[in-house]
This record gives sequence, structure tokens and C-alpha cells, in this order.
Amino acid sequence: MSRRYAFPHVGWMAVFVVVPLVLIVGFSLTSADGGVTLDNFSDMMKYAPVFGRSLWLSLISTAICLMIGYPLAYVMSREKPAVAAAALMLLMLPMWMNFLLRTYAWMSILENSGFLNQLLNVFRLPNVHIINTEAAVVLGMVYNYLPFMTLPIHTVLHKMDKSMMEAAGDLGANSAKTFMRVVLPISVPGVISGITMVFVPGVSTFIISRLLGGGKTLMLGDLIEMQFTGNAYNPYLGAAISLVMMVIVLLSMSVMNRFGDGGESAVVL
Amino acid sequence: MVLTGIFLYSPIALMIVFSFNAGKSRTVWSGFTLDWYSQLLKNELILNSLYTTVLVSLLAAFFATVIGTAAAIGFHAMRRRVRQFFMTVSIIPAVNPDVITGVSLMLLFVFIRSVTNIELGFFTLLLAHITFNVPYVILSVMPKLKSLNKHLFEAALDLGATPFRALCKVILPEITPGVVTGALIAFTLSIDDFVISYFTAGSSVQTLPMTIYAMTRKRVSPEINAISTLLFLVVLTLLVIINIAQRKESRRVKH
Amino acid sequence: MSKDLIRLVDCVMVFDDDVILNSINLTIKNQEFLTLLGPSGCGKTTTLRIIGGFETPTSGDVFFDGVRINDVPPYKRRVNTVFQKYALFPHLNVYENVAFGLRIAKTREDEIKTRVNDSLALVGLLGYEKRRVHQLSGGQQQRVAIARAVVNRPQVLLLDEPLGALDLKLRKEMQAELKAIQKQVGITFIYVTHDQEEALTMSDTVVVMNNGEILQIGTPQDIYNEPINAFVADFIGESNIIDGVMIGDCDVEFSGRRFECVDRGFDKDEPVDVVIRPEDLTVGEGGGQLSGTVSSVTFKGVHYEMMVDSGGFSWMVHSTLSQPVGAAVSLSVKPFDIHIMRKGKTA
Repeated sequence: MSRRYAFPHVGWMAVFVVVPLVLIVGFSLTSADGGVTLDNFSDMMKYAPVFGRSLWLSLISTAICLMIGYPLAYVMSREKPAVAAAALMLLMLPMWMNFLLRTYAWMSILENSGFLNQLLNVFRLPNVHIINTEAAVVLGMVYNYLPFMTLPIHTVLHKMDKSMMEAAGDLGANSAKTFMRVVLPISVPGVISGITMVFVPGVSTFIISRLLGGGKTLMLGDLIEMQFTGNAYNPYLGAAISLVMMVIVLLSMSVMNRFGDGGESAVVL
Repeated sequence: MVLTGIFLYSPIALMIVFSFNAGKSRTVWSGFTLDWYSQLLKNELILNSLYTTVLVSLLAAFFATVIGTAAAIGFHAMRRRVRQFFMTVSIIPAVNPDVITGVSLMLLFVFIRSVTNIELGFFTLLLAHITFNVPYVILSVMPKLKSLNKHLFEAALDLGATPFRALCKVILPEITPGVVTGALIAFTLSIDDFVISYFTAGSSVQTLPMTIYAMTRKRVSPEINAISTLLFLVVLTLLVIINIAQRKESRRVKH
Repeated sequence: MSKDLIRLVDCVMVFDDDVILNSINLTIKNQEFLTLLGPSGCGKTTTLRIIGGFETPTSGDVFFDGVRINDVPPYKRRVNTVFQKYALFPHLNVYENVAFGLRIAKTREDEIKTRVNDSLALVGLLGYEKRRVHQLSGGQQQRVAIARAVVNRPQVLLLDEPLGALDLKLRKEMQAELKAIQKQVGITFIYVTHDQEEALTMSDTVVVMNNGEILQIGTPQDIYNEPINAFVADFIGESNIIDGVMIGDCDVEFSGRRFECVDRGFDKDEPVDVVIRPEDLTVGEGGGQLSGTVSSVTFKGVHYEMMVDSGGFSWMVHSTLSQPVGAAVSLSVKPFDIHIMRKGKTA
């Protein structure tokens, strides 16, 4: 088989993947009047709170997804195959709906006169104000990204040889110890990819924060989007922020990968 | 599990229920109606954007499948080091946040416009979609190639087939499942994509997700509920059909 | 056996600075059954792939019927291959697998039918036409692979460890069958194996290879009885190999004693390898040429395998009579069963 078949794709990549990234780097080092500058990066400092909020909210969402997703994946992997398959399908089904629609549905629920407060009224409980807060953004992220966390963990647990747990039992470990010393270390790769798959889109989202945060909880994605399409039009700054975000994403991925390698011993300890 | 089920499905259930609501409110029930559905079918904007979405998705899936499959075959013939390098570059659009893929392509298209007067529109939208689809095709074809008996291709040459015929008559039939999966993933991603389209479509064309976004910004528009319900039903039917087909297939293999 | 069919002249193969083949010269006659024998990594498969057209030698020439074919692609060579793991096409049934080459060659449909049937009959698989290949056993897949190759009436059939994946009993059966098929279709077989017994059983000519070089070419009898060096002797059957020194013609010293042998033409005091087959040693209860102690006895079915320690060397002896462990025994060997080999000699 010939290498030549890859050539069209390699050409395509060069134009539509490499050149755009080069443009990002180029723009980030360019000032509005065309000169080379580092101002874009120093200008970014005034958006430090946005960076902080983005990272913080993504971290919280990732943690919540892990807290819900891990037990869910674990329970699913221990069910009979038919039940597990059905549960998996139910988990994935909402993902097939466009996430704008999913997020929009939460708007109706969380609104001040929305379903949640109507429900609370029925039980004569005090109303809550969630929409347009950071809590709503976190909720939206958890809702949208939960399957991303559950799926990889489930895959790892599902593939795990069940006789390993029996072997651990045979060697005198009770179920808690079996879980801590066998199941958990084995599932680390799944957890790692789950964390990456929730954190990365979380940091870069601009829809969820726009719809559920009501524009008050500006996140990195919003910031970039505004530089390119909004009134703030400043692609130079936008490119710089994109570059920084790309670095954050790469860093978090390589940290996660590092964890993946040495993770087994770390968790056992 | 049950709680998670409620968490996942209550928003969808509420949407479906309120798509039949006579009033304009998203929260107060005021009687049953099918008006929103009939309005939907008359809404030019929605129908146009649906047409754009389907067209761009079909075309993008087609081109991405051709380019991606060829690329996977080419990569497969390369030395390990070289292949790893190209693979890493190839999956950038899949691992990069969509926002960045979107804005970087936008910069490219704006640059192209400045030298060639190709406007941002359907064409740039298609190019963008092909770009982010290709990695998924490669990723689903590659494992199939790797699991092939490495002498299969040589066996075909040995029996007199030219390299091209060997590829068509032996390798392609063997990797077809991977190619089909890749095409389906590409199509679904294209249908679903909002972020990258948002940056690359310009102002003249709109995909369905872009239209939906515009509608959610206006907040009060029960037609969204109707779209959601319809889309949900379509997806559900498709999944059921795929499931039945797969079950039939696995039964056929067993016999 | 008639004219020369294939000639490899000074074939060298270098891959990533590793020398895979070091100047291979080999002539293969028409209609012969030739086996390339050697341990894994010795270059036997590479040699086969050069003949098949899947590799091009870094330097040197390949001739087929007198024509240089270095640059002729596999699909234009009148050579067919039975691959190691068969490489049957999973998406085609048995019939279509066998018919593949004929269809590529645009053969008429009725001729395809006759020839596919003939070759399926040859391998005893008539009635299996509609089966999918993954429904067949290893032995059956093997037969399909052979049928798929011979149906094209190649002048040469290349077989790359074709029996490697089969169990022992099936392997024995297939050995006999392959030999019979070769006789029947009357074409050249070039066979690659690391199994010396397989090579000795089936071949007209055996080529022993190691480290990318040909060590010895000869009939199975030649190779077994007159191995050219210690490596060949050790690889072909089990051997006792001990350091010795030539005292003169037909006179060798090893194990602290002088022995009469039949080899001449060595220098005086030349260090040599002395090779003695385990079955050529006779165990006695005294009065032999060497004395020693039995250190282990293993029953091997047809014979006993005993290890006898004598003068710091452990001799392997095959005998139909056993001696208890610890027994003091004597060993004797006939002059013509002592094989003397120059150190490090190759072909």
C-alpha cells in the first residue's frame, strides 16, 4: 500500500490546520496597526478574573461530573449486560440532541418563574435564584458533559476482567479493599480521559455561560468569541487569548497523561 | 441511577410537553395545540437552515470520508515515527477546543477573502466541516487497517492484482465497517456542530444549530420546543433502527 | 530435476543499517522441493520474499528462467505464495478466494469453475465452496491457501512456514500431503521452515541459513550426515559438540584421549569442533573409550535419553537400554561416527 494516498490529506492539513494555527500565533504578536508587539498578552491581564472563573468553574464541574459519573459507571459495569447496555443508551440518548436545545431546556427550568420554583411553590418552600449565576453555568456544564465522564470510566471498568475481583477476594481483600486496591487503580486511565473530556470543553465553552449565565459570568470562550464577532472586535487580542487557552489545554492534557503513567502506584498509596 | 435518569430526562420531557402548549409561555400550561408544529413547517428560515445543515453535513461527510480513508491507508504504509508525527498533527482539530478551531479557520478565511474575494459562506462552511470531520474518519479507519492480516495486500498482489486493484478488491472491503462508522460520525458531528459553523459560515448562510441559537437568544419562542421534540423523535427512531440492524447482523454472523 | 529456474546472485539486503542478507548465492532447479532452513531472523523469509517480489535486494540480482526480475512487481511474476497465516480474504467465501487470481486474470467463467473445482479436489475440500473462511479449521484454511495459489498454475510455489500454526499431528499429515501435491502438480516448491525435521522429511534440497548467510546446501542426507560446521550439526538434530585438536590425519584428541577418525587434511594441532550424534554413542558397563557417570535418564518413547558426565563434559546418549542414575558406564564411538569440523567454517 502506498504512502501517496495520504498526500491529499497532508496538503489539506497544511492549509486548514497548520496555517490557521500559524495565523493565530501571528495575530497574537501583532498590534492593531500592524506592528510586532507583546501588548496583546499584557492587555490580557485585565481579564485575569475571567481566566480564574473559567478554570474554577470547569474544575468544579469536572469534580461534580466525577462524583456522579464514577459511581454511575461502576454500578453500570456491575449490571447484567442487557441492563448495562440499556443504561448506556439512556445515558447517550440526550447527547444526540443538539446541546443548544439541551441547554435551552434548562433555561425554562431554572428561570425565576421556571419549573423549579413552581415546584418549590407547590411544597411551599422558598424560591431559589439560580439562572444567570455561576451555579447555573456549572449545572449546565455537568448536564452536558456528564456522559463524557461516565463513558470512558465505564469502558475501562467494563473491559476489566471480572475474575480479577474474585482473585482479590480470594486473596483476602474485602469488597472495600478490592475496590481501593484493584478496581480504582485499574480505572485510572478512564478517569483521566473523563477529566480531560470534561475540563477541556468546559474551559472553552461560550454557549452555556451565555445562555445560563446570562452574560454576567463571562468565561474564556465568551471572551474569545467577543473579540472575533462582537462589538469588542479585536482579533489580535482574541488570537492571544486563544493561544493562551491552547497552552492551558495542552498543559492539562500532558499533566493528565503524566498522571496516567504513574497513576497506578499513586492511587494505591 | 434513577436520580441521574431524572436529571438527564426531565428537561427533555418538559420540552416535549410544552411543545404542545397553546400559550406562548415556556412554563405555564394553557391547553393543547399543534400550532407550533404547523408554524415550524411554514418557517422559511428554519427550513432553509435545515436544508443547509443536511447538505453541508452530507457533503462534508462524503469528502471527509474519502480524504480520511485515503489518509489512513497512506499513514498505514508509513514508518512508525513518520506516522506518529502525521497522526498527531491530524487529530489537532479533534482535540483543540472548538472555539479555537473556529476562530483559527475564521482568520484563514478572512485572510483568503482579502486576497481572492471568496466570501465567507457555504463554501467556507463546507471546508471547515471537512476539516474537523477528517480526524474522526482516520481514527475509525486506522484500527481496522491495523487489525488486518499484514499479508492480505501482498496475497492479492501475489495472485496478480495490481496495487490499486488489490486495494479496491481486498483492503477496502475489509475496512468497510470502519469507513462507514467514520462517515456516520462525521455526518452526526456536522449536523450537531454549532461553534465552528458560527465562526466560519459568515452572515449569508445559517445552519440549523445557528438558527436555534438565534432563537434561544430571543428567549420566547415555543417553536424551539417543537424542533427539539421532532429532532428527539428522529434520533430515537434512527437509534432503534440501528440497534435492530446490529442485532440482526450479529445473529446472521452467528449462524 | 532439469534446468535451473531461479538464480540469486550476490543478493544483499540491508534494512535500517542491519544486514539481513549477506551475499546470498542460490540456484533453484525446476520442479525441485527446496527448503530454506534456519532459526528465526536468519534471513530465510527475506530470501523467499525477494523471490516473491515483495522485497527488492539492496544489491545483487535475481534471475527467473534467465531473465533478471529485480524490478518485476509481484503481480507480474509467475510465482505464487502460501503465506504464514494464510492471508485468506475474509470477505470472500472459499470458492471466491480460490477464484481470486483467475478473476483478476479475466479467465472465462466456465474455466474458472473447472480449475477451482480441480484445485479444491487436489486439497480435498470439494463441498466447502460456500463456506466463509473463518468457519474453517486451521488445517482447512491451510488447504484453501494452497488451492488459491496452485489454481493459477504458477511455475514456483513459495511457502512461508505454512504449517507453523498447526498442531503436531495435523502437521505430520500436511507434510505428507504437501509432498504429494508437489509431485502431482510438478512445480518447484520453495519452502521456509525453522523445523529441521520438516525440512529433512520433505525436501530434495535443504539450504541451512544463519545470520543472513547460507551455511550449507545439500540433500537431507548430506546435511544430516556431513554437517559442514558445528552450527549446522547442532541445528540439524541433537549433537554432542566438543572442542578437540587434530593430531594428524584420522587422529583426533578430545576429552583427554586420542580417537581414530576418518577425516584428513587438517593441520597438525589445529583446534576443531568434534561432533558426535547421541545415537552414535554406545553405552557399556566398562571397557569403552570413555568412562563416566550417568547423571540423568529420560524416557523418550522410542529410546532413553541419558546424560553421561565424563571428564567435565556432559554427553547426550540415545539408547534403547537404560542405566540407573549414578551408574558408572563406559562410552564408545566408531571412527566414522566422529565428525570433525573446522572452527567457524561456513559454505
